[in-house]
Amino acid sequence: MALQIIDRRLAGKNKSVGNRERFVRRFKEQIADSVRRAVSQRGIREIEQAENITIPKKDIGEPVFHHGQGGIRDMVHPGNAEHVRGDRIERPKGGGGRGSQASDGGEGEDDFTFTLTKEEFMQLFFEDLALPHLLRTHIGENPLWKSRRAGYSQDGIPNNLAVLRTMRGALGRRIALGKSAHRELLVLQEELDALLAQDDGTSEAVAALQRRIDALQVRIGRIPYLDPIDLRFRARIQVPVPNSQAVMFCLMDVSGSMDEARKDLAKRFFILLYLFLTRHYEKIDIVFIRHHTQAAEVSEEQFFHSTESGGTVVSSALVLLDQVIRARYPTGDWNIYVAQASDGDNFTNDSGNCRNLLVDRILPLVRYFAYVQVAEEEQNLWEEYSQLLPQFSHFAMRKVSQPSEIYPVFRDLFKKEGVPL
Amino acid sequence: MSNMAQYPVLERRIHDNPWKAAAVGERRHHAVPEQPLPPGARPAEPLPDPSDWTFDLIDRYHAAIAATAARFGLDTYPNQLEIITAEQMMDAYSSVGMPVNYRHWSYGKEFRATERRYRRGQMGLAYEIVINSNPCISYLMEENTTAMQALVIAHAAYGHNSFFKGNYLFRMWTDASSIIDYLVYAKDYVAQCEERYGADEVERLLDSCHALANFGVDRYRRPSKKNLARERLERAQREAYAQQQINELWRTLPARPGKEDAAQEHNRFPQEPQENILYFIEKNAPLLEPWQREIVRIVRKIAQYFYPQRQTQVMNEGWATFWHYTLLNTLYDEGYLSDGVMIEWLGSHTNVVFQPPVGHRAYSGINPYALGFAMYRDIQRICQNPTAEDRHWFPDIAGTPWLPALDHAMRNFKDESFVDQYLSPHLMREMRLFALHDDASQGDLVVSEIHDENGYRNLRQMLSQQYDLGTREPNIQVWNVNLRGDRSLTLRHTQYQSRPLADDTQEVLRHVARLWGFGVQIEGVDAYGNHPVLLHVVPAPAA
Repeated sequence: MALQIIDRRLAGKNKSVGNRERFVRRFKEQIADSVRRAVSQRGIREIEQAENITIPKKDIGEPVFHHGQGGIRDMVHPGNAEHVRGDRIERPKGGGGRGSQASDGGEGEDDFTFTLTKEEFMQLFFEDLALPHLLRTHIGENPLWKSRRAGYSQDGIPNNLAVLRTMRGALGRRIALGKSAHRELLVLQEELDALLAQDDGTSEAVAALQRRIDALQVRIGRIPYLDPIDLRFRARIQVPVPNSQAVMFCLMDVSGSMDEARKDLAKRFFILLYLFLTRHYEKIDIVFIRHHTQAAEVSEEQFFHSTESGGTVVSSALVLLDQVIRARYPTGDWNIYVAQASDGDNFTNDSGNCRNLLVDRILPLVRYFAYVQVAEEEQNLWEEYSQLLPQFSHFAMRKVSQPSEIYPVFRDLFKKEGVPL
Repeated sequence: MSNMAQYPVLERRIHDNPWKAAAVGERRHHAVPEQPLPPGARPAEPLPDPSDWTFDLIDRYHAAIAATAARFGLDTYPNQLEIITAEQMMDAYSSVGMPVNYRHWSYGKEFRATERRYRRGQMGLAYEIVINSNPCISYLMEENTTAMQALVIAHAAYGHNSFFKGNYLFRMWTDASSIIDYLVYAKDYVAQCEERYGADEVERLLDSCHALANFGVDRYRRPSKKNLARERLERAQREAYAQQQINELWRTLPARPGKEDAAQEHNRFPQEPQENILYFIEKNAPLLEPWQREIVRIVRKIAQYFYPQRQTQVMNEGWATFWHYTLLNTLYDEGYLSDGVMIEWLGSHTNVVFQPPVGHRAYSGINPYALGFAMYRDIQRICQNPTAEDRHWFPDIAGTPWLPALDHAMRNFKDESFVDQYLSPHLMREMRLFALHDDASQGDLVVSEIHDENGYRNLRQMLSQQYDLGTREPNIQVWNVNLRGDRSLTLRHTQYQSRPLADDTQEVLRHVARLWGFGVQIEGVDAYGNHPVLLHVVPAPAA
C-alpha cells in the first residue's frame, strides 16, 4: 500500500491564530473589561503574565435546534445490577428527563473561561490605551563599553603575543622561502655524490658543485627563524554593551488632591514605563517613593492603595530620591529612570527648590526624567519645570487627563531617540 | 467572484448530472478473502521498541501492519501519515478535525477551551485524527511513543481508512478525493468575502448558518440512476428554473381582490415540506446576495460531508478498534511485536473500550468504542463458534467465514440499522443492558426492559432508536411561506414522543430570520401532524 509520511511539525504552527483572533474580536468588550480589571488589580511586575478571562455562558453559546427536557425517553443503559422489568426508580436530581445520564449536570452551566497568552494580553492592554507600536520605540544606546577578543592583529603589546600563532606563521614562512633552495640543494648533492663515486674529488666539476652547494647553504641559513612579520598579537576591541540593569523610580504625590482616578492614570503611566524598560534591560529595580509633605519609600501596595492627606511638598520626594540614588544606585552600574506623577499642586515656595534640586543633583545622574501632571491646570510647579526643558534633553513633561491620552503622551516622552546623554 | 465550475462538490443533488459525474470513490467491489491469507516468514526478532519513534521505525511498523492488513483483505485509500505537534493537534481538534477550514470565531473558542483543558491536565489529546480523504490523512502526534504510533497506524490508517472507503454512507455522500480541495476553496472564498463585505457581516452570516448546519443536510435524497421519471422531473426543474427568472414567488403586483385567498390556499409554498432548511434558504430566501447564498451552500456542503460520520460513530470507532486489536495481536503472534509494545497499546486499548456501568461516576451513556468493538467481536464469535441461540438469531452468518460477514456488516449499515441487525442476546447479557422509560409527566423512571428472553427484541430496537439521528434531533421542516402577505416563513416541528424544543429555540429562529430576511415562526404539531400550536414568532430583522 502506498505510504507517505510527512513531517508537519514545522509547517502549520499557529494555524488557528486567525480563529483565535476572531474569537477575541467578537468578545472584545468582555475581554477588554477583564483586562482593565486585571490591570487595576495587578502589581506592575505581574502585568505581563497571562490572564484568565471569563465570559458569561449566555453570551458565548451557539444555539441550535434541539430537544429540551420533558416528553418521553426510552434510554438503554449498560451494567444492570439488580433491576427487573417493572422496577420503579426515583428520578435522579437535576437530571430532568435524562435518566441516569445527569452525572455532570452542573458543569454545563459554567461560564466560559479561557487563558489569554502573555502576548495577547499585552496587545489588548496596549489596545485599551490605543498603543499599537510601543515596542518599536528605542531609546539612545548605552555608553558602556566592554573589551572583547577579536581575532589577531599584527601589532600589539608583548604580553598579548600569540606565541603559537606566531610560530606557526614563522614555520610556514621558513618553508615557503627555503623550499626552492632546498630542492636545488638536494639535486646538487646527488650530482656531487655521483661525481665523488667516479673520481677522487679533486676535479674542477666537484669544486664548482661544492661552491654552489655552499652558496645555497648560506642562502638557506639567512632565512630568519623569526621575523617581525611573523608576530601575531591577540587583538581586543571595545564594543558597546547595554548595561543590563536599570532602576525605575516612581514618584507620586499622594496628597489629598490625588484621587483614585488620578492615581490610576499615574499607575498606567508607570506600567508603560516598566514595560518599556523590560524590553531593554535584564534586571529592573523599581523604587516607589510617595510624598505629601514628607516623602517615604514604600511598597507597591502602599504606593497605590493607601490614602494619605495633607499638603504637598514635592521637593521632599526629590531629596529622598537623590539620597537613594547616591546610596544604592551608583550611576556607573545602573541606568536610572525617574517617572514623577503629580497633580501639580505644590507648596508655593517649594517649586523653585524642586527645580534647583533637579538641575544640581538629580538630572546629571539620571538617564531620563519624565514628569506627568494628571491635572489640567498649570500651577507653579509646572512653570518651574518648564524652565528646565530647553536645557535638558532628557527631561520631559506632559499633561494627561484621560486614560486614552496616556499612550500618546508616553510615546511623545520617549520618542527622542538617540539623544546624546 | 470565482468560477464555481472548477471546484468539486461534495455530494450530488438531483440537479447535477450523475451520469456525467465520476463515481464517488471506487465503485468496484473489493473481494474479501474467506480466511486470512497465510503469513510470510517469521521474523528473526521483533521490531525494535524504543519509546522514541523515528521515521525509519514508523516506516517499518507501517510495513508490517500494511502487510497484515492486506492478508485480512482490508481495502483502503492510500495512506498519508502526518507528524504533528500537540498544538497542531489542538488546532485540528478545534477546526472540526479538518486540516484547512474557513475562519470563524467558534473554532477559536473551541481552541481556547481545548487548550485550557489540556493545559490543566483535564483531558489528554486524542492520539489520532483521521480524515476521510483520498489519500487518507492520519495525524500522528509527535509526543506518542513508538508503540502508540503503531496503534494509531493500525487504528486510523487501516481501521478508519477502510471504513471510509467501504461504508455505503461514505461512498454515497462524500467524495473523499475532493474534500480537501473544497475546504481550501471554502476558506479562500470566505476570506475574500470578509475582505469585500466586512468581517462582521460574514461572521453574522456564518453564525446563522452554523445554527442551522444540522438542518442543512439531505437525509433521504440521494443520487440515483436516471430513469424516465427522473428525466421528466429534471425537465420540470429546468422549466421551474426559467420560471424563477420571472420571480413568480415575489411578484409584488397586487392580485385582484377576492382571488388572493383562494390562490394562496391552493398553492402552499413549498408544496411539500422541506427537511433541508439551509437548502431551502439558499434557493429561495428573497434578500440574500449571491455571495451569501454561496456561503450558505458552503456550510451546507460541509455539514453534509459530516453527516455520515454522525450516523456511524459506533460502527466507525468499533471497526477501527476491532482492527487495531486484531492486527496488532496477529503481529504479536507472528513475532513482530515485543512484549513492551503489547503491554503499552493494550493499556490504551483497555481505557478506550472501558464501559462504566450505569451509576458509575464516569458514566455518561454508552461508549461507542466499547459497543462497536464488542459488536464486531461478537459477530466474529458468531461466525467462528456459534451457539444454538446464535444459529437461531443469526442463521445467515452463524458458522460462515468471518471476514466476509464482517465486511458486509461494515459496508451496508449505519449505527441504527447495525444495532438493529447485529446486537445479539449474548452481548446484551454480557453488557447487562436494560432500558429505562422516562416519562416527564410521571414521578419515577420505570425499568421497561432487561436482558432476558422477553426483552431482547425490544431492547435491541430501543438501542437502535437511540442512534437514529431522526429521533435524536427534533424534526423541523420548512412548512410554508406567506407569499402574498408579509413573506414570513413558517417552520413546523413534529413532536417525537412529546419532547418539546429547548429554550434557545427563539435564538435559533432569530438566525433563521436573519437569513430569510423576513419574519419567521415555528409551530408544533403532534406526532400525527395534528393540532398545530404556534410556538415562537420572530419578527423580520431590522434592515
